[in-house]
Amino acid sequence: MKINFKFKIFILGLKDVIPLLIPVVPFGIIFGVIGIESGLGSTVTFLMSIIIFAGSSQLAFAQLFTGGATTPVIVSSVAIVNSRHFLYSAVIAQYLTKVKLFWKIVLSYFLTDQAFIVSQKYFKQQPKNKDRHYHLLGSGFTLWFVWQLSTVAGIILGEVIPKELNLAFAVPLTFISLIIVDIKKIDHLIVAITSGVFAIIFFNLPLRTYIIVAAAAGILVAYGLSHSKLHKKK
Amino acid sequence: MIWTALIFAGLVTFFTRFSMIALLKKDYFSPRVKIVLGYVPSAVFPAIIFPAVFLNSTGQLVFLDNPKVLAALVAVLVGYLTESVIATIISGLAVLWLLIFFI
Repeated sequence: MKINFKFKIFILGLKDVIPLLIPVVPFGIIFGVIGIESGLGSTVTFLMSIIIFAGSSQLAFAQLFTGGATTPVIVSSVAIVNSRHFLYSAVIAQYLTKVKLFWKIVLSYFLTDQAFIVSQKYFKQQPKNKDRHYHLLGSGFTLWFVWQLSTVAGIILGEVIPKELNLAFAVPLTFISLIIVDIKKIDHLIVAITSGVFAIIFFNLPLRTYIIVAAAAGILVAYGLSHSKLHKKK
Repeated sequence: MIWTALIFAGLVTFFTRFSMIALLKKDYFSPRVKIVLGYVPSAVFPAIIFPAVFLNSTGQLVFLDNPKVLAALVAVLVGYLTESVIATIISGLAVLWLLIFFI
């Protein structure tokens, strides 16, 4: 009966994450296509979805790789893009204090934006449930599986889609779609424009380091803006 | 070289996710750091968006006579109104194709 209960929680996680998969499928397909178009090859494109398993980082990787960026620049850009995970990890940590290290490692691997959103909500509602971490396994694994399938679909499409369609343009469009809700707020818009303008000005820096400079400029402006936000809250 | 980048990018991604779960800290970050982390997407993604839209293949800034600028503007407008990821991407691609192939 105990196993049955755990399985039910796993299935609940699976069901809860399904609505959030709708944008994940085209995103995965776009990544697969871009991977092929940027010359990563089908093996690297496929393995990247397993090894990195983070959509925006993977797209940034492909974009920078085509632009001729070196390993340190690619890896630090991926680190900056992923820094939001620190927050997810901090929120989820309080619910995983009692599980074994093995579980912590597995569940960390599955801690994506979508899995975080639905499982964190479930954890909050289940303060006494010892098997609640199965929910994150369910949501995380479902997302993982769909991400791999969409990547493969994209790889297959990428091999047949003609280059004239300029599908590489889907990269900036995808990133626009990821920040469009945020930049409705004036403070986010200021940060975004700062970063974009710095990227253009410093585009010819060696080793494609413009992305680091632009992100640093944006974060610095954000740090300045956070001062007024912090005081407004009090 | 690509394999080194791939492995390290994978490790970095995993450790950002594992970080606080491993340390068991729930309130590790000051409120100010939390606010700044919320700005990260707005601070990073435009650094990829702007060059891909405004620069041509040789790295020259092109505003006019650049179909990508108009396509991106339409995508921003559609995204602003619909808040839909799919509508944003498709509208941008559709305008780009329209400009390239029919005009």
